[in-house]
Formats: sequence, C-alpha cells, structure tokens
Amino acid sequence: MAVTFLVPGYLREFTAGASRVAFEESPPSVRDALVLLWTRHPGVRDRVVTETGETRPHVNVFVGDESIRWTGGLDTPLAPGSEIAIVPAVSGG
Amino acid sequence: MVDVRHVSVKEGDVVLLVGTMKGAFVLRSNAARAKWDVGGPYFPGHAVYALAFDQRSGRPRLWAAPGSDHWGAQLCSSDDFGRHWTNPVAALIRFPEDTGASLKRIWQIRPGPADEPDTLYAGVEPAALFESHDGGETWSLVRGLWNHPQRERWQPGGGGLCLHTILPDPAGRARITVAVSTGGVYRTDDGGHSWQPRNHGVRADFLPDKHPEFGQCVHKIVQHPAHPDRLFLQNHWGLYRSDNGGDSWKDIANGVPSDFGFAMVGHPHDPETVYIVPIESDEFRCTPDAKLRVFRTRDGGASWEALTDGLPQEHALETVLRDALTADPLNPAGVYFGTRSGEVWGSADGGHHWKSVLAGLPPVVCVRAAVVGDASKVRVPKPGTVAARASRATTSRARRTSGKARAKASRAKARGTTPKRKARTAKKSRGPAKSRASAARSSAARSSAKSRPRGARAKKRK
Repeated sequence: MAVTFLVPGYLREFTAGASRVAFEESPPSVRDALVLLWTRHPGVRDRVVTETGETRPHVNVFVGDESIRWTGGLDTPLAPGSEIAIVPAVSGG
Repeated sequence: MVDVRHVSVKEGDVVLLVGTMKGAFVLRSNAARAKWDVGGPYFPGHAVYALAFDQRSGRPRLWAAPGSDHWGAQLCSSDDFGRHWTNPVAALIRFPEDTGASLKRIWQIRPGPADEPDTLYAGVEPAALFESHDGGETWSLVRGLWNHPQRERWQPGGGGLCLHTILPDPAGRARITVAVSTGGVYRTDDGGHSWQPRNHGVRADFLPDKHPEFGQCVHKIVQHPAHPDRLFLQNHWGLYRSDNGGDSWKDIANGVPSDFGFAMVGHPHDPETVYIVPIESDEFRCTPDAKLRVFRTRDGGASWEALTDGLPQEHALETVLRDALTADPLNPAGVYFGTRSGEVWGSADGGHHWKSVLAGLPPVVCVRAAVVGDASKVRVPKPGTVAARASRATTSRARRTSGKARAKASRAKARGTTPKRKARTAKKSRGPAKSRASAARSSAARSSAKSRPRGARAKKRK
C-alpha cells in the first residue's frame, strides 16, 4: 500500500469501523492524502480540520513517529508506504 | 464504557434537558414533577452548551450541540428523547470560506416563532448568528450581522466571544434581538438584513466609557410572548428592563444582594415575574454570602424577593451560568437551575419550594424544560392530594418496570449485589448533605440518588 491511515476510535463511526484505511495511490503530501481519506470517508473531514482547512488545534497528525507540526504541516511530503496516524492530543480537563 | 440509560416519555410528561461539560442528560417526570427518571449521559466527554426542545411540527425533537476540544462542535437532533441522535457527516453549522472564520462552539439553539415551524436559529462562537428555514436541515450565516462594522471591535468575555441569546419576535414582526458577550444587544427590524446596537442605558463597568454605544457584556435577556417589547436583561454588573424593545434600558437592581449574575428566566404565564441567581462579583463568581438563593420579581423589577426554601443557606459557593436557569409551562410553573458544582435543583410551585433533582454531575452549563404536547391540557395535581400521590406512584412504578432497568435489577439480584449497592448509594448521599448542613437537601439527594446516572457515580468514586 502506498499510504495508510491509522484512525482513532472516535472517528471509526465514519470509516465503517476501520482502524486502518489504506490507499494504492501515492499522494505527494499529507494534505493530498487527507483528501483521499475524506473522499472515501467524508465524515472524517470536519472532525479533523476546521472550515479554513487547518488541522484542529487538539488533533495531532503523525507521519511515522513525527508530528507534522514540525515537518511542514499539511504540506509535509510523503514517501511511498507512509503511515499517517490521526491522534487526539493530550488535552482537556 | 459509559452505561447510557434512556427515559420513556409520553404525552403530558415534563422533560428536563441538562447540558454539562461532559455530556447531556434527559430527565422526565409527570405533572407532579416530584420524581425524575434520568436518561444519559449522551455525548459523553463533550461539552453541551446548547439544548432545545421543539415540537412545532407536531413531533417532539431534541436539539443538542455537543462540542469536543478535539473534534469540534456538531449540531445533533433526536426524535425519540435521546435513544438515537443524528451525527451529521458534514457539520451543519459552518462558516463560509470567505469569512476566514471557523466554528468554535454553539452557544444557543433557538426555535423560531410558532407560526414558522421550519425556522431555527443558532448563536455561536466566534459571535455570529445562523439561521435555518428548513427545519434544521441546512443552515446559513446571517450576513447582515456578520458584516456589521462594529463586529470587529467586539471582544471576548471570560467564556469566549459568543452570541448566546436570540429572541425572535413573538408578535410576527421581522424583528430579532440578540446578545453578544462582549458586544452588547443588537436588533434587526428587517429580518436580519440590518442591525443596530440597542444598549442605551446599559453599563460597561470594564471600559473607560461606562455607557458606550456597544461593547457591553450582556449575559442574558428574556422576553415574554405577551409583552414582546418588554425585555429584562442580566448584565455583567447590572439588571435592566426595557419597555420599548431595547431602545432604552433602566436599572431595576432594587434590593438584590448583587446585580452581577449570569442566568435569568421569565415566568411562562406572568410577564411581570422574572427569576435570577445573583453572583457576588466578577472577581468572586459565587453566590453572595455563601447562600444559594434564587431571586424573583413579581412586579417587573420594582422589587425582588429571595427564594430559599430547600436551598442550602450556608457553605454554598455556587455559580449558575447563563443558560442554566429555566422554567416549564405548567401551572404552577416549574423552575429549574443547574450549578457549576453539578447539581440540578427544581421547584414545582414557581419557586416557593426547592428540591434537588439530580446531583453528582459534571458542571452544568445548560438546562431546558418543556412539556410534551399541549401544556394547557395537563392538569397539575395539588401537593399532598391523592392524585399527587398516585402520580408519584405511577412514576415509581414506571421506573421499576422499565425494560432495561428491570433486567438490570434482575441481574443484580442474581449476583446478590443489590444490598451493597444500596448501602453505597446511601453513604454517598449523606456526604454532601452533611457538608451543606441541610436536611431538606439530604432528603432530596437520597431520593435522586436512585436515578443518578451510573457514569456520574463512577466519576465521583474516583
């Protein structure tokens, strides 16, 4: 698989229960990969990004072990075979 | 895993919707309003600042606005009192791309006038008004207010920059009054195309100019349908009344321990009667003198009286937030409020006597009450009468025999855990009652403990 998403429990209602969502395509960036994800599973979109297209402040996206906050945000480049994890941040009270 | 319970509701029942920082609850009772069944928690982990009940189209519908720090805010509805909720694939309320704004929280859901059953409004953060004219299927930003030149100078209050009060005109005029913290009161007289600030006479103690055209921190406004031009306003410091739809306001803080507060609700049948819960100050946001008191005016604000019977009058440093005070439409009216300490209080006689309805909840941010069906046809039994006792017995019987509860009791009995659980519940009920030194409250807490949601019990044991 060219890119695989790891989906947290809360969002699996919108991925038909799948914890891993894989695509054959090789999107060049995280942004392009996310478009693939919510084209297939549209309910994920508004939970992960705001109306302005920014990742929600308390949602972290990792490529491998690295948060995209430090690697170029949604423009972070992807290598074939990348795993992208969507993870709720440690926050709240 | 949270154990979610549901209530069975029938025509003529009273429903109490309770929004907390960690989910929503649906309570039901009969007209006596002496015992309450508890459904929930719904949307566990989500802050539910806005709830609404709407039966204008002939079917009872609940609206809720669960918000998550992680996943954003949603607008959901239920047509079976919470057993099933919608969870829209795409957010129903969203800012248009050209605004550059993104929705942070939904603060208010307000059904429109009775003769426009498909019209609903929502107030949100950042401060904006949304409207729907197809029963909530689609929503659009009210551009007239969003494009107001003063909007850019509105400032966020402690809770954020929010539009929290929406008053569609009950007289059928194209008028809507809204309140923004902190922006003040704005009114349209042309259906939302143009808006004017309506703050003349309202103080802004936190600004150098104490009476600006706009920028006041209005906390809540109430309006009676029989008196659409008379408004009552609870301000961030200040209690006011307007007799001209908000064109001007006059101070009515006559004899209250503090004119600071958040919550305000009008009596459903008497336009002269309004309830508030004063707070000591903006620095110390707790009830004055450590007494939990609801204040009521029955003469349009000329005087206020403290309602205390059944409420803790010592060690009660409580806060009641702007949407956590409400009334039902029965006669006598039920009045209810929820506290930041997670307790819901209710009065079935317009505020004369109070009892704890439910305790041990997360902080309460919203309470709404309604009668299912035509409230005018519901006969309220007088307290102590045979009808009232029968009414309570019916409620108890309904709880005992509800399917899931019956099955659960049966399983518990088989495990032999029932006595232990009862002991634990009783012990827990005595704790807070002692600390408040209130016998009345202790009794109420014990009765409500039976119907307390299991999630809340688990939380408190930690």
